[in-house]
Amino acid sequence: MSCFCSQRHFAINPLFATGPSLNTRLLVAVLLSLTLLITEHRGTRLESARAALSLLVYPIHNLVDTPIHLISSSVETVMNMHKLKEENEKLKQDELIYKTQLLKFAALERENIRLRALLEKSFKLGEQVLVAELLSVNLAPYEHVVLVNKGSRFGVHPEQPVLDAYGVVGQIIRALPFSSEVMLITDPSHAIPVQVNRNGLRTIAVGSGQINRIKLPFLPNNSDIKKGDLLITSGLGGAFPQGYPVAVVDEINYQPNKPFAEIFATPKAQLNKSRELLIVWSNREPVPLFSQETPEISIEPNHE
Amino acid sequence: MNSPSSLLRFVLSIILAMCLRIAPWQEPLTAYNPDWILLTVIYWSLASPERRGIFTGLAVGILTDVLTGRMLGLHALTYSLAAFFSLKLHKRLRQYPLPQQGLFIMLCLFCSQFLTFWLENLHAPLRFQASFWLPVLTGTVCWPLVYSFLRVVRLHNRSR
Repeated sequence: MSCFCSQRHFAINPLFATGPSLNTRLLVAVLLSLTLLITEHRGTRLESARAALSLLVYPIHNLVDTPIHLISSSVETVMNMHKLKEENEKLKQDELIYKTQLLKFAALERENIRLRALLEKSFKLGEQVLVAELLSVNLAPYEHVVLVNKGSRFGVHPEQPVLDAYGVVGQIIRALPFSSEVMLITDPSHAIPVQVNRNGLRTIAVGSGQINRIKLPFLPNNSDIKKGDLLITSGLGGAFPQGYPVAVVDEINYQPNKPFAEIFATPKAQLNKSRELLIVWSNREPVPLFSQETPEISIEPNHE
Repeated sequence: MNSPSSLLRFVLSIILAMCLRIAPWQEPLTAYNPDWILLTVIYWSLASPERRGIFTGLAVGILTDVLTGRMLGLHALTYSLAAFFSLKLHKRLRQYPLPQQGLFIMLCLFCSQFLTFWLENLHAPLRFQASFWLPVLTGTVCWPLVYSFLRVVRLHNRSR
């Protein structure tokens, strides 16, 4: 009954008769989106189109981020004077300690270069970094991908490692003009080559999908690994520079009936807390063998 | 017919839906966040089928893909399909009471989520989680809310 009514209504309303039919329009839309999907699946040819469209979407990201940012910064403003003074003092002390450590670090680095030259191995200088701030947006609930506020306008490019003050956070997977997407090391589809700091045992750490867990699925039951072992980046694969802390092993389940043990680790980086992240450029040329020139201080903040 | 004020209302409601879609909810809530944009697209296809149609769904879908960093064309496909079915059935659906509309919405959300999951899995295999279907349920529950809110947005001060 209702069907007949709608048919009549359909005939009366002239607007429906204009333009291509509903089915044709659907066909065009579906073909268009399938073409886009297939092109995207094949390679990265659509990145420039995405970059252009991201300019339209960028204000929305900021619209969501700004109120949250404002609230947290106003909370900081309201924090009482005494607390700020205390914090300032502590930060000054920390800075002093870090500066002295850095002095020693420079000397150690030079010594390391000399020793490596003796061993006829090249040595990589420290990395250039860029401080980026996290945008408080949530892209997909089942992925650990976050958005930061520095993009290709600052020279950011995909596959760059991202760190925070405590350890490795993840890597850039897509650089847009004003922002870039960072995949965290806990994402189920992320893997990072690591080694045990204590004995140099190399393996691969895979994300678990939980924000405080990564797992080491490829270590046999008899491998030399203990609770509390620090995992650092091994530098294999080339994406992550060698020697940054990644995680601490905290659970080992031996599985006698299976070839590999079940090992879990907790990331060192504060993945759900830190707001400032460091994007690293590590593609500098290694120091040549037997170099005479003195290397510069390694960490150069590359602020805007 | 296509007055600027109606276009403005549409654009503002889509922007609001996009904000809700990417809002950083607390950890247990993120999994429940429904697809606000799809709900908004369906509402506008039901409410003014002569203005918002399949190509609106397509355009909004492409923007959503960029917004959430999915493959380009993923949401474009699901949103234009949802817009198509809403247009096809809008006369009947308008007669239905809200709970009965909810069934259609649930089906739409389910198909969209299924298609998204399947296509993403083809591109890069990801692990199946039961929580993936939660947005379908919360979306259905939120539909009456979205419906009444957008009705106010669409009809407020319209007589002027």
